[in-house]
Amino acid sequence: MTVAALGQRRLRRRRVYGSLGTALALLCALLAAGALLAILGYVIVQGAGAINWSFLTALPHPVGVPGGGVGNGILGTVIIIAIATAMAVPIGLLTGIYLALFGRGVIPEALRFLSDVLSGVPSIAIGLFAYAVLVAPLKHFSAVSASFAFMMLMLPLLVRTSEQAIRSVPQTVREGALALGMSNLRATVGIVLPTARPAIITALLLAIARVTGETAPLLFTAFGSQFWETNPNNPMAVLALQVFTYAISPYPNWQAQAWGGALLLIVAVLVLSLGARLMLRRAMQGLES
Amino acid sequence: MVQPRFRRVARFVSPADRGFAAVVYGGSILFALLIIGLFIELVLGSWPSIAAFGPSFIWKSSWDPITSNFGALPMIYGTVVTSLIAIVLAAVIGIMAAVFLADFAPRWLSAPLSFLIELLAAVPSVVYGLWGLFVLAPFVRTAIGPAVQKVLGWTPLFSGPVYGVGLLTAGIILALMIVPTVTAISRDVVAAISRDLREASMALGATKWETATRVVLPAARVGIFGSCVLGLGRALGETIAVTMVIGNRPEISASLFAPSYTLASVIANEFTEATTSIYISALIELGLILFVVSIVVNALARLMIWSVRGST
Repeated sequence: MTVAALGQRRLRRRRVYGSLGTALALLCALLAAGALLAILGYVIVQGAGAINWSFLTALPHPVGVPGGGVGNGILGTVIIIAIATAMAVPIGLLTGIYLALFGRGVIPEALRFLSDVLSGVPSIAIGLFAYAVLVAPLKHFSAVSASFAFMMLMLPLLVRTSEQAIRSVPQTVREGALALGMSNLRATVGIVLPTARPAIITALLLAIARVTGETAPLLFTAFGSQFWETNPNNPMAVLALQVFTYAISPYPNWQAQAWGGALLLIVAVLVLSLGARLMLRRAMQGLES
Repeated sequence: MVQPRFRRVARFVSPADRGFAAVVYGGSILFALLIIGLFIELVLGSWPSIAAFGPSFIWKSSWDPITSNFGALPMIYGTVVTSLIAIVLAAVIGIMAAVFLADFAPRWLSAPLSFLIELLAAVPSVVYGLWGLFVLAPFVRTAIGPAVQKVLGWTPLFSGPVYGVGLLTAGIILALMIVPTVTAISRDVVAAISRDLREASMALGATKWETATRVVLPAARVGIFGSCVLGLGRALGETIAVTMVIGNRPEISASLFAPSYTLASVIANEFTEATTSIYISALIELGLILFVVSIVVNALARLMIWSVRGST
């Protein structure tokens, strides 16, 4: 056999390996994407049957009484996230402004590091913090302690994104405002922040999406409730918590409601994430044109 | 290029500007205090437990609320084993998927696949838990378990009864949850590897697959390793999904089918039922361990990813 023929055979073998490898890689990508479709599909099939008007609007029924809903949990989720947002946005935005305007040196670098550290802290540890600060001293569970935990979970994303968004506003815009005699305050609040707004709102939507399905810190902060609770100082029902409680219960009626609640959560989170993506795309197009 | 910024000499002279600067400083200080407070509160909360059990808390394996005798070893074991299962599975699938998306997939395929895999990261933890409890756990009990035991049942790793819930099921669920992290970051790192390297390899006669596995992957290995460590960090602290499928039993057993416990899931399950103050303190100390470990792991991961891709 000639050397050339040997080379041909080796090349053929290498090409076969290449095709096999590529197929394997494709398979892995399909497996990961397929897992999402499997979970999504299963939740839709199981959850759709549980969802009706009274499921969305009624209070939970006691064990054994058919029917009932998660209306108070939906309301509680909205209230807790609203309070968390109201607390997280000012702190996150101010820290972002600080990092963008005074970005060099030891202290800003330390702040960035702390922010990254916070984004990696497990939510259950943040729940313990909220418990120590707002539940243990007051000796009762409360919605506001859950909002506090959610605020901590939202902050890292808000801080880093608002810093980047403010920085990406061209220096000329800022200098133009200052040259017209504006104070730094007016230049930042009136000119720079509005320019950076789409990116900041995108980050806010993503942060809200992240906490909407969050359950772990709620166990010992919001705690849950059987009533229409609107006072943030009291324990409150939360949708994600209801899904958890119903899922690990032994009652088929409750388990069915857990699927319904899971479907609501997934839809809410996906709408928020997709909304954030769309906003970002529009903002990018706006900058280019 | 130097990032454009206000120079420090930009003077804040007018009263409005001084007020503005004070408010900005105030917000940042509050942010820093919150994070420092988080650490301090965890240390303070776990102090009674640290004082009572000392360092042996970490290697004692009893977890007995009745006699107030607490050791974290079973939970540390459960956390490590589930996270290892997760990271092995997620690394294989995630890195292969990343290579495919970055180097092989045509655009019409790579965009929607990336999108779907990234959405996987948006699915709430409690939904993973629900799916794991009602779909995956029965599947492990009736299909995976018996099949594996037929072949490997003689090894201690796969012996004993298969309940469905346990270390393996929790590991698989965690793997699904961290695959998006590994895939997305690995794909970015792989895509950031210079074209020259690929072209040089192809010009020397390597096939596309050989280029990807022998040139591109080694060049990207630090960043890819970083993405895996970041995934590991997420797996270590994941709570609700694991709590639902791990079986919640503070025991150390060699079998992957056995029920177990993790640091996070003990806190989730027992915190509101803990009656004595030493019990609560021991649970907070578990949280402190989790906090410290996750900081170390995350800092490591970020350093590795930055060294390749550059700071974001």
